[in-house]
Amino acid sequence: MFNARDKCAIAGVGYTQYSKKSGRTVRSLASEACLKAIEDAGLDVADVDGFVSFNFNDSVPAIAVATELGVPEAGYAVDFLAGGNAANLIVLNAVAAIQSGLAKTVVCYRAMNGRSGFRLGGGRQMAAHGITQFTAPFGWITYPQAMAMWCRRHMIEYGTTNEQLGSIAVTMRNNAALNERAMQRQPISIDDYFNSRQIVDPFRMLDICLESDGACAVVVTSAEHARDLKQKPVYVGGGAYGGGPQQGEDLFDAIRWPDHSHNYSKYIAKDLWASAGVGPEDVDLALIYDCFTYSIVMQLEGFGFCKEGEGGPLAASGAIARDGDIPVNPHGGLLSEAYIHGFNHVVEAVEQLRGQSGPRQIKDAEIALTTAGAMTCGSAMVLHS
Amino acid sequence: MGYEKPLPAPDPETEPFWNGCRDHKLLIQRCGSCGTHRFPPTSYCPTCQSGEVDWVEASGRGRVFSWIVVRHPVPKEVYADDVPYTVAIVTLEEGVRMVGNLVGIDPDRVTADMPVVVRFDNVTDDITLPAFAPAGA
Ligand SMILES: [Zn+2]
Repeated sequence: MFNARDKCAIAGVGYTQYSKKSGRTVRSLASEACLKAIEDAGLDVADVDGFVSFNFNDSVPAIAVATELGVPEAGYAVDFLAGGNAANLIVLNAVAAIQSGLAKTVVCYRAMNGRSGFRLGGGRQMAAHGITQFTAPFGWITYPQAMAMWCRRHMIEYGTTNEQLGSIAVTMRNNAALNERAMQRQPISIDDYFNSRQIVDPFRMLDICLESDGACAVVVTSAEHARDLKQKPVYVGGGAYGGGPQQGEDLFDAIRWPDHSHNYSKYIAKDLWASAGVGPEDVDLALIYDCFTYSIVMQLEGFGFCKEGEGGPLAASGAIARDGDIPVNPHGGLLSEAYIHGFNHVVEAVEQLRGQSGPRQIKDAEIALTTAGAMTCGSAMVLHS
Repeated sequence: MGYEKPLPAPDPETEPFWNGCRDHKLLIQRCGSCGTHRFPPTSYCPTCQSGEVDWVEASGRGRVFSWIVVRHPVPKEVYADDVPYTVAIVTLEEGVRMVGNLVGIDPDRVTADMPVVVRFDNVTDDITLPAFAPAGA
C-alpha cells in the first residue's frame, strides 16, 4: 500500500490549447505544457531532474522533452507504455522516485495529437496477432466497441439505462460550458443525447469522449520544497494502482475478467482510501476518468460513493452536478473538456484545490479524488490542499 | 477483391485452435494436471501453473454473457456492408468464455443468457472463424 501520505506535493500545472488540429509536433506540445508547469511552480528548468510520461506509441519519450528544454541534469526520465490507466500512476511514480532519492523534482506529462495524428478510438492493424486473434476477426476492434460490451453487462445485472448515461453526458457538457479551455461548450439536452448517432449499442456518439490534440503537465516535488514555492501546495495524500485477477493480455482483452459490470476501481478502492486516511464521504469533488459515460457509473460504485448497481441512479439524481453532493468533473471531463488521456483531470483537481477555477470553482474544495482507467487496470489518488 | 477484415495470425499456442476450426471442431485447452478448461490458449495453467495441456473438443453450446451491436462501421470501408452486426461474449458449457459474431438472429432480439450453438464460417482457404447462432434455430 502507498505509504507516502503527504510526503510530496504538486507544485505547478501547465497545459497547451486543446484542439482538433494542433499543427505541431507532439514534442513541441509536451515541452510547452512542461515549461508552463515549471514556470507556474516558480521554478527554473535547472531545478528539475525528472520527467515521467505514458504513451501508446503516440508520443515522445520523456528524455526528448528534457533535451528540448535544455534540462542540465535529467537523471530520471521514464516512459510507461500504457493507456489511461497510467494517468495517475505517473504521479505516484514521481512520488516514489522522490521518496527513494532517484529524483528531487519531477515533471509528469501526457502529450498527444489524438485527433490529427494517431487516433486511439480508430481501427487497429488488420492482421490479428496474439490475443487480438480472438477479438478483432469478429469486428470487435475499437475502444467504444470494447466498452459497450462492459456497459451491456451493467444493464443486464442492474437495469442501468441510456437515460442515466445520457444524464451524465448532459452534466459534463453543462460543466464544460463554464470552462474556457473546454473543446465542447455548447450545452446539450437529453433529447440531443438520444438524437446523437448510434455508434455501437448501447453507446451513442454522446456516450463517447472527445479526441484531442494537446498536452498537460504537473510538477511533483517534496512537500517541504513545495511549501517554499510560488503556489499553494496540493498534497498527494494517497494513491493506488492495479486491478483484479485475470486482467488480460493487453488493455483491450478482458475475456477472462470476472464480470464487466465492475472495473479496476472495485479492487483498489480499499488501499486508496486507507493510504489517504479518508473515505468517499470526505471528498469535495471527484475527477473521474470518463472515456465513456458508463466509466463514471462503474467508478462511483467501485470507489464507494454508492452500492454496486446504484451508480446509474446516483448519476441521474443530480448528485454529480456542480451543486450536488459529489461534484464530478467540473471541467467537463474527457467527454467535453478534452481527451488528454485522463491527465487533464489531475490539472483540474490541482486548480480546484488551489481555488483558481473561476466560474466553475467548487466552493471550499479541499479534498479531491482523481481516477485513471476504465477497464481491468487503473490508478487513483487523493489530493488535498 | 480479397478478404479485407482482420484475420487471425496463428502462433504456436493458438494453431491447434485454428486448425480445429478449419475441421469444424471447437477445441479448447484442458489442464493436464488439474483438469481446468481454459481459453484463450496459454502455455501455463493459471489455476495450478502446470504446463501439461490437452486439447479437447468443446460441446459448442453456450450462453450469451454480453453483446454489442455495431452500427457505425470501423474501418468504414471494411465493415460498411456488414452493419448492423452483433458481437457476443459467450460462456461455453465448459466454463470458458469466447468471442464470436451472433448470426441467424435480428440484433434487436438478442437477450442475456440466450442459449447458442457454434457455427463455422470458412472465410478464406486457411481460416475458419467460429460464430454462434440461437440454439434450436
Ligand atoms: Zn491446472
